[in-house]
Amino acid sequence: MGNYSSALVFDWFYLTDPHAVLQTLATGFVIAIDAIIGAVIVLLFYALFAGRSFCSWVCPMNMVTDLALWIRKKFFKDQKNILNVNRKIRYWVLGLGLMLSAITGVAAFEMINPISFLHRGIIFGFGMGWAAVLMVFLFDLLVLKNGWCGHICPLGAFYSATTRFALIKVKFDNVKCTKCWKCKVVCPEKQVLKIVGERDGFISSGECNSCGRCIEICDDDALKYSIYNYKN
Amino acid sequence: MNKNPKATSRRDVLKTVFRQAGFLGLGGLSWGGLVAETSANELALRPPGALTEEDFMKACIKCGTCVEACPYDSLVLANPEDNAPAGTPYFEPRNIPCYMCRDIPCVPVCPSGALDLKSISADDNIAEVEKLEINKARMGVAMVDKDSCLAFWGIQCDACYRVCPLMGDAISLEYKRNERTGKHAFLQPVVNRDSCTGCGMCEHACITEKPAIFVLPVELASGKVGDHYIKGWDKKDEERLRNQKEKQQKEKKSAEDYLNDMDGLIDD
Repeated sequence: MGNYSSALVFDWFYLTDPHAVLQTLATGFVIAIDAIIGAVIVLLFYALFAGRSFCSWVCPMNMVTDLALWIRKKFFKDQKNILNVNRKIRYWVLGLGLMLSAITGVAAFEMINPISFLHRGIIFGFGMGWAAVLMVFLFDLLVLKNGWCGHICPLGAFYSATTRFALIKVKFDNVKCTKCWKCKVVCPEKQVLKIVGERDGFISSGECNSCGRCIEICDDDALKYSIYNYKN
Repeated sequence: MNKNPKATSRRDVLKTVFRQAGFLGLGGLSWGGLVAETSANELALRPPGALTEEDFMKACIKCGTCVEACPYDSLVLANPEDNAPAGTPYFEPRNIPCYMCRDIPCVPVCPSGALDLKSISADDNIAEVEKLEINKARMGVAMVDKDSCLAFWGIQCDACYRVCPLMGDAISLEYKRNERTGKHAFLQPVVNRDSCTGCGMCEHACITEKPAIFVLPVELASGKVGDHYIKGWDKKDEERLRNQKEKQQKEKKSAEDYLNDMDGLIDD
């Protein structure tokens, strides 16, 4: 029962969106223990093991942005971006959202969150929320490549910031690399592939969402999922 | 004349900082304004056991678990175009009222505490199933529009009275002589605001095109007497004032100085 904001699993425990819980705590409300436990379970799962993989494997908005990306790559291949936006603004959006939650007394991002409009629409039926989803799609398609996931979404920023030291990461083997750069072409967060072609190591940035596109496209078997070696 | 390169770059840094602060301010103000606008809504009827609207809006995590728990599909999650902040649960009695389930399935499943089981339990400290008291819910209060209620015309409709789960308590029929015909009685519905739970079964049952009895949120349908007035004939009314905080006087003047104070009395 429930949705991505909070779900009751097997009538037993809750899985709750930790970012939403954080916003609620920012309003000053002492949220009930069920939601806190649910948020801790989810956050520990991603922070200890799965990294930012919510974004690439779980988030329903990913289907929308992937569709926009696919259409872009197929039909608007050489189009330059209309906007030049720093990827760091999503962290500002995250901070601003928490501040606004404290000021307005409601979870500020959740009130406008298109991801929530999408999953509530799928589960309970769409109202005008589809318009917000369409806006994200059009933004990614026409205005900015990887616009939502890579530049704006504060939920992605939250997971990037909190799951930096997760165990499952992509490992790069420089010996096998032939510097074809196909991985950099397909990566939605290119800046994390700094060490490709340079030296052995892990894609350690919290912004890597473990989508696995680089692993799939590499013909030289230089990239694979592995357990993070903290000594590197 | 050579420009000092350091001075120029410092200016650039400041320009960038101000520009970014400007964007942040612009974004923050529009976002904050939108949030404040959409969350300022007093019209929604919330599930039983809901906190006050202000606290409810802080707490509700918009998961929809209460909606799925309701066996009658009374509750819905608001869409952006509805009369409630998007994602929050509400019900429209004319559509499907709350059927006052004794086991109140919607409340225990709320993960965030936006629906408080303690407020609708017999014992305020324990939330056990046997002690649940749906009659303690205050989702709203029913109000009768006398101009559109047929019972006030003289027709002996008692639909709302009959369907009320607290029939005789929350709603009762007042008998009045019909002077026009001289041989009939009015059966006028009267709501007891202390018992009415706001379930809306009355609104749902009302036979007029637009219901003559309808549920409004308690805050909206209430006034407040305040502490300037007291019922002198009722000893118990003093209790109401006992809890009022004494307003602190900022200046302690003598009575004479207070009476001679011309401050604000005459416009010069």
